[in-house]
Amino acid sequence: MIEMFDKDHVVSIKEFKREEIDTVLDNAKEMLPVAEGERISHELDGKILATLFFEPSTRTMLSFEAAMIRLGGRIIGFSNPKQSSVKKGETLADTIRMASSYADIIVLRHPQEGAARLASKFSSKPVINAGDGAGQHPTQTLLDLFTIREEKGGISGKHIGIAGDLKYGRTVHSLTHALAMYGVELTFIAPEALQMPKENTRELKREGIEYKKAPGLESVIDELDVLYMTRIQRERFPNEEEYEKVASGLKLDTDMLENVRDEMIIMHPLPRVDEISSDVDHTKYAKYFQQAANGVPTRMALMSLLLDKSSVVKR
Amino acid sequence: MNTDSKKIKISPIKKGTVIDHIRKGQALKVVKILGIMEQDIDSVVSIAMNVDSSSGRKDIVKVEGRELIHEELDKISLISPEVTVNIIDDYKVRDKHRVKPPKMVKGIVRCKNTTCITNQKEPVEPEFEVTQGKPVTIKCLYCEREMRGEEISENLR
Ligand SMILES: Nc1ncnc2c1ncn2[C@@H]1O[C@H](COP(=O)(O)OP(=O)(O)OP(=O)(O)O)[C@@H](O)[C@H]1O
Ligand SMILES: [Mg+2]
Ligand SMILES: [Zn+2]
Repeated sequence: MIEMFDKDHVVSIKEFKREEIDTVLDNAKEMLPVAEGERISHELDGKILATLFFEPSTRTMLSFEAAMIRLGGRIIGFSNPKQSSVKKGETLADTIRMASSYADIIVLRHPQEGAARLASKFSSKPVINAGDGAGQHPTQTLLDLFTIREEKGGISGKHIGIAGDLKYGRTVHSLTHALAMYGVELTFIAPEALQMPKENTRELKREGIEYKKAPGLESVIDELDVLYMTRIQRERFPNEEEYEKVASGLKLDTDMLENVRDEMIIMHPLPRVDEISSDVDHTKYAKYFQQAANGVPTRMALMSLLLDKSSVVKR
Repeated sequence: MNTDSKKIKISPIKKGTVIDHIRKGQALKVVKILGIMEQDIDSVVSIAMNVDSSSGRKDIVKVEGRELIHEELDKISLISPEVTVNIIDDYKVRDKHRVKPPKMVKGIVRCKNTTCITNQKEPVEPEFEVTQGKPVTIKCLYCEREMRGEEISENLR
């Protein structure tokens, strides 16, 4: 198998070619037994990962840390810049210069859009974007794709419904972009006020991807192969009433699952609030916890490829 | 006759630049780009707005005594890509060329996104890729937001 991966940094999913995504997903598959602790790996023995979290994101940070430790490496970093040694007023550029002289690879989470791109310009080591404000979060997209591929046996041709805050949700924007490369059928499930921005639908049109819109879950759920749920932020609404009006059509409970496709899967980037009722967790459709777990093998694959030591997958 | 009366409004200059075919309503933005109000206080500038032309209404800006620099031409091309620049020498058009939006835009436009990292105190200049010519659309290389039209002209640096 020819490995297609030629990246110095992972900043945006938009920089990935389809073959590069496939390479990451293939490698993630190979990593599964190591991620699950069934096999010990020394692939990244002696390597240091710096996790620079300028805003908290426990799930993402833990999964990067677990990924590095599973491959034999170690961790330095911070998850609260106020308590850390990152001095007030120091530029991100300087922090990155410093960190890249201590570590072999950097994972950055930052509240400002474009922070990871900037970091990649000042770092002498690979930078992985773990979310920059409302911008990109490419490893979330990769683990989403990995989950679809694992659970459905492939991505192309599937009917994927994406529900929730499609207007502001960066997760769904990146995911939509990536899915377009695979040729899928898309339905955007949200009331008009929270629908996909023009910028994104323009891009789909350019790529020749067909999409539909639906105002709520009810009308389309039975036709889906994958239902990707996301959270609606209360803060975006002037009052509780307005929020409830919009959110009610985007809430999922077991009653709605009566006539869905037998193999349908439900995904969610987590954390959820109340958009998926907890009784759904016990159904065979619920895959969001598996999806979260898939963050580890996916991030292992990515770090391994970036550090160019993919001995586990050399064939 | 009507055409003649329109022509009178355009005062001839001996030496300088005529920025012609400016999109209707954009003349004042062009003047702002030239910095006439601020740094370039010496040039005499005349503005003609809403002038009849074969392809509808247009604006014209004439700058006496000087030619435009690269950065000014790039900025003008972003807000009014149909512009023709005429170099006037001894009352005659010596040279004529269309402006053309560059492929990349660096340092001359601010990102519209206030939480973009380029709007913080970081040692980088805002940088954009021109993704579309009609209408001119630029995309921030950092936050990936797209800007066009007013968004660009309001954020010229
Ligand atoms: N000496 C001058 N002083 C001021 N303006 C001038 C002078 N000579 C030409 N112009 C103006 O410069 C522009 C270009 O002049 P030109 O004679 O090339 O006109 P044109 O043939 O209509 O050109 P185009 O095809 O670009 O519209 C016109 O708007 C004209 O009025
Ligand atoms: Mg003419
Ligand atoms: Zn930007």
